Amino acid sequence: MVVENQLEKKEGKLKKFFQTKIKPAWEKVDKDKLSTVLLLAPYVILFSLFIVIPVLVAMGLSLTYFNVIEMPVFAKMGGFYNYIMILTQDEIFLRYVLPNTLKYAIITGPGGYALSFLMAWMLSQIQATPRKFLALALYTPSMLGGVLTGVIFRTLFSGDKSGYINAVLLNLGLVNTPIDFLQSGDYLMSIMIFVTLWSSMGIGFLSMLAGILNVNREMYEAAYIDGIKNRLQEIFYITIPSMKPQMLFGAVMAIVGAFNAGGIGVALSGSNPTPQYAGQLIVNHIDDYGFIRYEMGYAAALSVLLLLLILLFSRVAYRLFEEKDR
Amino acid sequence: MASFLGTQINPKSFHKSQLKFYFILVPIGLFMLLPVIYVISQAFKPLSELFLFPPRFFVSNPTLDNFARLFRTASGTGVPMTRYFFNSIIITILTIVLTILITLATGYALSKKRFKAKKTLFSINQVALMFVATAVAIPRYLVVTTLGLTNSFAAHIIPYLAMPVGLFLVKQFIDQVPDELIEAAKIDGANDWHIVTKIIGPLVKPALATVAILSFQFIWNSTESSNIYVIDETKKTFAFYMNTLTAASAGPAGVGIAAAAGLVMFVPNLIIFIVMQGNVMDTMSHSGIK
Repeated sequence: MVVENQLEKKEGKLKKFFQTKIKPAWEKVDKDKLSTVLLLAPYVILFSLFIVIPVLVAMGLSLTYFNVIEMPVFAKMGGFYNYIMILTQDEIFLRYVLPNTLKYAIITGPGGYALSFLMAWMLSQIQATPRKFLALALYTPSMLGGVLTGVIFRTLFSGDKSGYINAVLLNLGLVNTPIDFLQSGDYLMSIMIFVTLWSSMGIGFLSMLAGILNVNREMYEAAYIDGIKNRLQEIFYITIPSMKPQMLFGAVMAIVGAFNAGGIGVALSGSNPTPQYAGQLIVNHIDDYGFIRYEMGYAAALSVLLLLLILLFSRVAYRLFEEKDR
Repeated sequence: MASFLGTQINPKSFHKSQLKFYFILVPIGLFMLLPVIYVISQAFKPLSELFLFPPRFFVSNPTLDNFARLFRTASGTGVPMTRYFFNSIIITILTIVLTILITLATGYALSKKRFKAKKTLFSINQVALMFVATAVAIPRYLVVTTLGLTNSFAAHIIPYLAMPVGLFLVKQFIDQVPDELIEAAKIDGANDWHIVTKIIGPLVKPALATVAILSFQFIWNSTESSNIYVIDETKKTFAFYMNTLTAASAGPAGVGIAAAAGLVMFVPNLIIFIVMQGNVMDTMSHSGIK
């Protein structure tokens, strides 16, 4: 009896607690706000964990000496030891990696971008059905992914006479012995640039194609009445200014694509470091220090430099294409 | 304006002035496809043709031997190829579904809800369009380890769910949905869940299809998670297996298997893109950064 009574009492208390505290509190909660928070939460959490925090950690680690086994130690020279070493002592970085990266990025970034725009513009000048097929042909290389691209070009450029390119060259009598393209410091970079340009017509290209197709026809008619004379003037005075947002999106995608494809040198040659550092880019230098030598602080400093480089390139793109009237 | 001789952007009919564009575009298009055609042809070559000197571009006696051998192969540790393939399918499907759900919910909130940090969040995401994951592979690895995801299936999926480009495209697309439609639904008593699943979701299908394609292309081709986050061979992916296959096999026999594996990887990509090409172009009309 006593026990039951106590139980009843407890139940009553609980009910009362729910009635007086929880229910009013729940009613006070702004349901709309709560739902907004719930909608945003998954993305914001994942975005923070795998994009924001890694960047912050990289910044933090870049100021330390960290070999994975011991705790990170704050680096000498006010924490900037790694940066100072990279920019003054790292001969491989200064002699090969930085010039390679700049050369590669400048050719494949803006180059791939200009190529994408040119192709998109030409496609816009033909009828819809053939355009669909040709656009697919141009887009196909970009959907192959790094692994498959590596496989294809490793077989094509294979260093013995069974490699297709070598066989063609031998057949034409242009060379006497097969060239070891992928293991040679003379050719690797050119092949990397070629392969990246080949696969550069990705989502930025599609965006620009859609942008060109959406430019209002009347704009062109008006422009011709105003005295525009040829296609080139048309592109610079009408097409590009009317699709600046797509141009900017395409530019950002081109830059990111160029830096993301940086692994291609290792995929082609099959080794990191690449032969004679010919295809060594910052991305590979990071892997070299991070995953091969376990000098995480140093690798992190390289990562930060790479992100800054990408930001710098993107700033140029924003300068060129950002809509000023907002 | 019948005599208007200006631009022929998106022409409705054929005119011989278009020929010059065909003369440039068709050869370039074919050139772009050559390496792909070559790998397809390699995949169907019998051993004797793979050994042939001088090598032929096209296959003359096509055979399915390479595929048969591919499906019989196993990694050095005895894990059969089919296991990697199955892993990849599961991982890819889960990643695509989750990415779409997360992106749709966030895109809706960023486009139609009112809250303080809205503009800030969107511009942070816009900066993140420039994010190059390989640059911070090491800190990412540390995060994955701290969360205890190492060596689990989740390590293939969770790190890749937040896709700034996807969110950007979906949000821009939802911006096109008139606010009145949502107001009307609210008056009828619909909550956010109903609005997202019954109204926004169906209306922005092209953008979601695009996200699915981008997510597919990334995750299906990715080797990063298998390389760094996962040690257990039985939990690795097909892209990873293919990579080891081609690195280890020097002889022409290996070349044939590698080409076959390449084709197995490429065909789903191609089919999905062809089916959804219209949706993608629809989405791209709203892709501009303003």
